[in-house]
Amino acid sequence: MEFKTFVFYMLATIMVLAALRVITARNPVHAALALVLAFFNAAGIWLLLHAEFLAIALIMVYVGAVMVLFLFVVMMLDINVDRLRQGFWNYLPLGGLIGLLLVGEMSIVLGGGYFGLGSIAPPDIPADHSNTKTLGRLLFTDYVYPFELASIVLLVGIVAAVMLTLRRRKDTKFMHPSDQVKVQRNDRIRIVSMPAEKEGD
Amino acid sequence: MLQNFVVPDLYPAAPELFLALMICVILLVDVFLGQSRRWITSLLTMVTLIGCAAITYLTADGQSVLTFSNMFVDDLLADFLKLMLYFTVMVVLVYSRDYLAARDLERGEFYVLVLCATLGMMVMISAAHLLSVYIGLELLSLSLYALVAIDRDSSRATEAAMKYFILGALASGLLLYGMSMVYGATGTLEIGGIAQAIAQGTANKTVLVFGLVFLVSGIAFKLGAVPFHMWIPDVYHGAPTAITLFIASAPKLAAFAMALRLLVYGLFELAGHWQTMLMIMAMLSIALGNLAAIAQTNIKRMLAYSAISHMGFMLLALMSGVVADDRHFMINAYSSAMYYVVAYVLMSLGSFGMILLLSRAGHEAEHLDDFKGLNQRSPWFAAVMMVLMFSMAGIPFFVGFFAKFSVLLAAVDAGHVAVAVFAVMFSLVGAFYYLRVVKLMYFDAPTDAQPIRAALDMRILLSANGVAVALFGIFPQAIMSLCTYALVRSM
Repeated sequence: MEFKTFVFYMLATIMVLAALRVITARNPVHAALALVLAFFNAAGIWLLLHAEFLAIALIMVYVGAVMVLFLFVVMMLDINVDRLRQGFWNYLPLGGLIGLLLVGEMSIVLGGGYFGLGSIAPPDIPADHSNTKTLGRLLFTDYVYPFELASIVLLVGIVAAVMLTLRRRKDTKFMHPSDQVKVQRNDRIRIVSMPAEKEGD
Repeated sequence: MLQNFVVPDLYPAAPELFLALMICVILLVDVFLGQSRRWITSLLTMVTLIGCAAITYLTADGQSVLTFSNMFVDDLLADFLKLMLYFTVMVVLVYSRDYLAARDLERGEFYVLVLCATLGMMVMISAAHLLSVYIGLELLSLSLYALVAIDRDSSRATEAAMKYFILGALASGLLLYGMSMVYGATGTLEIGGIAQAIAQGTANKTVLVFGLVFLVSGIAFKLGAVPFHMWIPDVYHGAPTAITLFIASAPKLAAFAMALRLLVYGLFELAGHWQTMLMIMAMLSIALGNLAAIAQTNIKRMLAYSAISHMGFMLLALMSGVVADDRHFMINAYSSAMYYVVAYVLMSLGSFGMILLLSRAGHEAEHLDDFKGLNQRSPWFAAVMMVLMFSMAGIPFFVGFFAKFSVLLAAVDAGHVAVAVFAVMFSLVGAFYYLRVVKLMYFDAPTDAQPIRAALDMRILLSANGVAVALFGIFPQAIMSLCTYALVRSM
């Protein structure tokens, strides 16, 4: 076995096992950490495919930012796992059957017969080929349209997040300096005219 | 790559660029406005949509132009659907303004998100590349998820948004998976290129059909056809009615365009395969939609199930385009599908508009009982609602009748007589729940004696909506010939 093939199978095995841990782990923190491991292995497989920029981006963006944030959220929230698992055994027969059917059908189509090296030849890449440069060029030339649209999708994400979470508290003690400067006597004191009260009666 | 890169021609995409620019402008302007000056945002949004319509109309030259490295197509079909889209969104904004203001939901984000969703739909309508289809769909869906949850203190709306989000993400995954299969088989993401690769016979059929199943599932989810309809009743019911009005109208146009671009423009050679899938979904949708709607007491839920059955009818036309390699009926079938969508959007706008009209601060007119005795409260709007319900049921001579009629004609032409009979039987069943609303309005005593208050523009527009549903039923050729013309010039 060639060394590369060995590395691939090793990475792939660890990745599948880690992915399984993600959905079977009882502790959500463990699940998130297993997902980090799966990402690392996916990045390794991409490196084998000469996609070094994507591999680094995966580690930096997903492992470095998204998953760490995710871990924080998981640790902050008190998720009751037992409630999430309710009805698991009731749904298992039907869900398992559909899952098995899907996996069976997919393995028929996705085998080496249709997507093997015989039908799709690997591209011939010169040694000094720079992935990053090519990606950058493509993103800002041929793919500028979806690229710009993706930025609008992110804008929607920001607007939606602000809209759904920003709450102005009514009891906040925040003061506007301009309001304070413009303050008038009437804002501070109220003169109440009361009828004089007589003693007695 | 850079060597043979052509700087894209921005002219065909002028409406999209204008809208994107205006979204940023409105987002910035709105920050400086207080609640009392929200009308400026509303006005700017209207001006934007009118501007888009003007640009689209003025740049429509009937030519099919590709730009942005063959990712964007501007043809007559796109222009027609986009003009319909602007019109629909404008009507939605007028209908929903008072409702949102009464519930303190009329915030600047509402307008920005509606415009972003509109941009997403325009991208879908003009997509000539699988990537643009997908990113347009995501732009639309993300905006819609947020809009459903706009009333964040309502647990029902939040739950609906969550369901919509999770099921929508699943559907996007299915769609992407199908696209990756199609890419694997044909080696290109351009819709025209896919059609070419399949026609030349270089693509592997097994992989293609495998991918097609996932694509059709994704499309069916967006349209809300059985068995991918689960989200429709909950989202229609849970979302604030103004948002339901938006979800129930404009996205149907975009979903139709997506189905047309992917299935007819891209995978036409596989028509034999996807027509069978569409037929099963159409029959299931018509049956389930009409039967389940009978049991509903909430009119939003009832209209949700009615939407499912209407989309089933639309699929009936989409599956009648090709009979054993005979493409004779193609234009006829697809233009009747398009006519059906346009007619449905008109009726959907009107009926959700009526719910908004009867709602007021602190009161949601979402139960069938709220329509009791409407004739005594407002004979004119009772008549408008009656026209809408008759039209939805397919009673002659309203727009819904002609839409159903042309779809059935297309199905019979394609030799699906049994399917057409099946559809007619179930729309007879469906007539029950539409006519029940009419009965409640005219023969029952009102439970709600409050006078109907609404802004003048909404009254005028809602009346015009009802009149349009009646008039286009009498003169169906007005829209039908436009649909046919747009399709003939774009195929």
